[in-house]
Amino acid sequence: MKAVITVIGKDMVGILARVSKICYDNNINISDVTQSVLQDLFAMIMLVDMSSSKISCAELSDKMNELGKNLGLTIHVMHEDLFNSMHKI
Amino acid sequence: MLNVTDILETVKMIDKDNLDIRTITMGISLLDCCDPDIDAACRKIYDKITKKAEKLVKTGEDIEKQYGIPIIHKRISVTPISLIASACTSHDYVKFAKALDKAANAVGVNFIGGYTALVHKGYAGADEHFLTTIPEALTETDLVCSSVNVASTKTGINMDAVAAMGKIIKDCASMTADRNCIACAKLVVFANAPEDNPFMAGAFHGPGEPECVINVGVSGPGVVRAALKKAGDCDLTEVADIVKKTAFKITRAGQLVAFEAAKRLGVPFGIVDLSLAPTPAVGDSVAHILEEMGLESCGACGTTAALALLNDAVKKGGVMASSHVGGLSGAFIPVTEDAGMIQAARRGSLRIEKLEAMTAVCSVGLDMIIVPGDIPAEIISAIIADEASIGVVNSKTTAVRLIPAIGKKAGDELQFGGLLGGGPVMEVNRYSPLRFISRGGRIPAPMQSLKN
Repeated sequence: MKAVITVIGKDMVGILARVSKICYDNNINISDVTQSVLQDLFAMIMLVDMSSSKISCAELSDKMNELGKNLGLTIHVMHEDLFNSMHKI
Repeated sequence: MLNVTDILETVKMIDKDNLDIRTITMGISLLDCCDPDIDAACRKIYDKITKKAEKLVKTGEDIEKQYGIPIIHKRISVTPISLIASACTSHDYVKFAKALDKAANAVGVNFIGGYTALVHKGYAGADEHFLTTIPEALTETDLVCSSVNVASTKTGINMDAVAAMGKIIKDCASMTADRNCIACAKLVVFANAPEDNPFMAGAFHGPGEPECVINVGVSGPGVVRAALKKAGDCDLTEVADIVKKTAFKITRAGQLVAFEAAKRLGVPFGIVDLSLAPTPAVGDSVAHILEEMGLESCGACGTTAALALLNDAVKKGGVMASSHVGGLSGAFIPVTEDAGMIQAARRGSLRIEKLEAMTAVCSVGLDMIIVPGDIPAEIISAIIADEASIGVVNSKTTAVRLIPAIGKKAGDELQFGGLLGGGPVMEVNRYSPLRFISRGGRIPAPMQSLKN
């Protein structure tokens, strides 16, 4: 199953590297990455594959929240079903 | 394929617009806990609740992390306690409230609703005495919520119960006068009460419900307002469309959480209640949606029309999004729980008469309204009778949750804090309905009830 990691905040060096490292350390494959600017905020969206992950979505969420706090960014981890259910009939 | 715009829209809804799941409520039947020995009945109730709801809070927390959507409260609703109490030889029904409170504390939920009596056609069994125990039950417990259904479209209005409830609300206020009359915030008087409402204080697990269910209450007034703000100056057809589409998305989030919670807890999915439930937090107000539609202040002329549009559009969008919709489902207008309502009441643009009109077109009634502490019981009863009539004639749910602020008069302030908020004391028409209320009896069911 897939999860979506969104990083929103001020652009800085190493965001992609730091988030990717957590994924790498836990055997989470990154399927897609995209960046966008939403009202002056930097937003990075990663689509990741959790099927071989060493940790659960909830644990990934905890790790990303901690990283977000350390870097002053907002990082959300959401199961893909949330988007599938909200934005499709 | 996942769309970047959709993803960012969802993240913004959660981060900036206060999108959340207001509650996961587990409904539990206590019919099998009946026992002539009240202590045995209380023990059975405690054991059943703590067993069924043991994993409720943790499951809510896990789902919150997995999906990234905040789940604000986990709650329990139970079979109306007066039904269980009717089997007991003892009349010390407050013991039930204490058992419920103890169980709720043990499993860690935020509220437990169901200290309830259904008396819409008349009193039976424990009912009449049960009502008199409500003030003490709500004073002695923290998490227990109570409700009384005094009317329905099918049965008319039980005016004896209406008269009694005016006095009971006053007793609730005076018994907790040192705590901002908090007992009144935990008591709702209903007409056409739904059996599957996940929101407090009126949640109970109706007798027609199955053994155990999961009901979810969504929220998201901030999301609707943000969507309307973005749309700018469009016509009202477009406004309705925007609300509908936004309500669809909000309800889908609720449906997802409900399904997941039901699966993990091994309990059937009941309903999603697609209500816009405000909080006192900035950016989470239903009144502000109405103002965004073009009213200078909530309560101005046009408010009823705007609310009617909002309530209907919310339902239309939400119904498509969920397989089972129930509870109250619409827009809530609780005064002290809505930052915009509080402001409108303070500046004098929102009055009780307007609120009464608004209840005819939205999904709750006169909710969380603070009135002067010296208001006589018969006026409270007459307000209940008015609200019940609106519900009964229009085949909808209406309710009254009034807070007589002991020691305070119109213009003073009362604060509960948290989700219950606070606000100004609102004046009420003081001409006396005493003779009308003293008559008692039953107002007959209207023609609308004869649908067969």
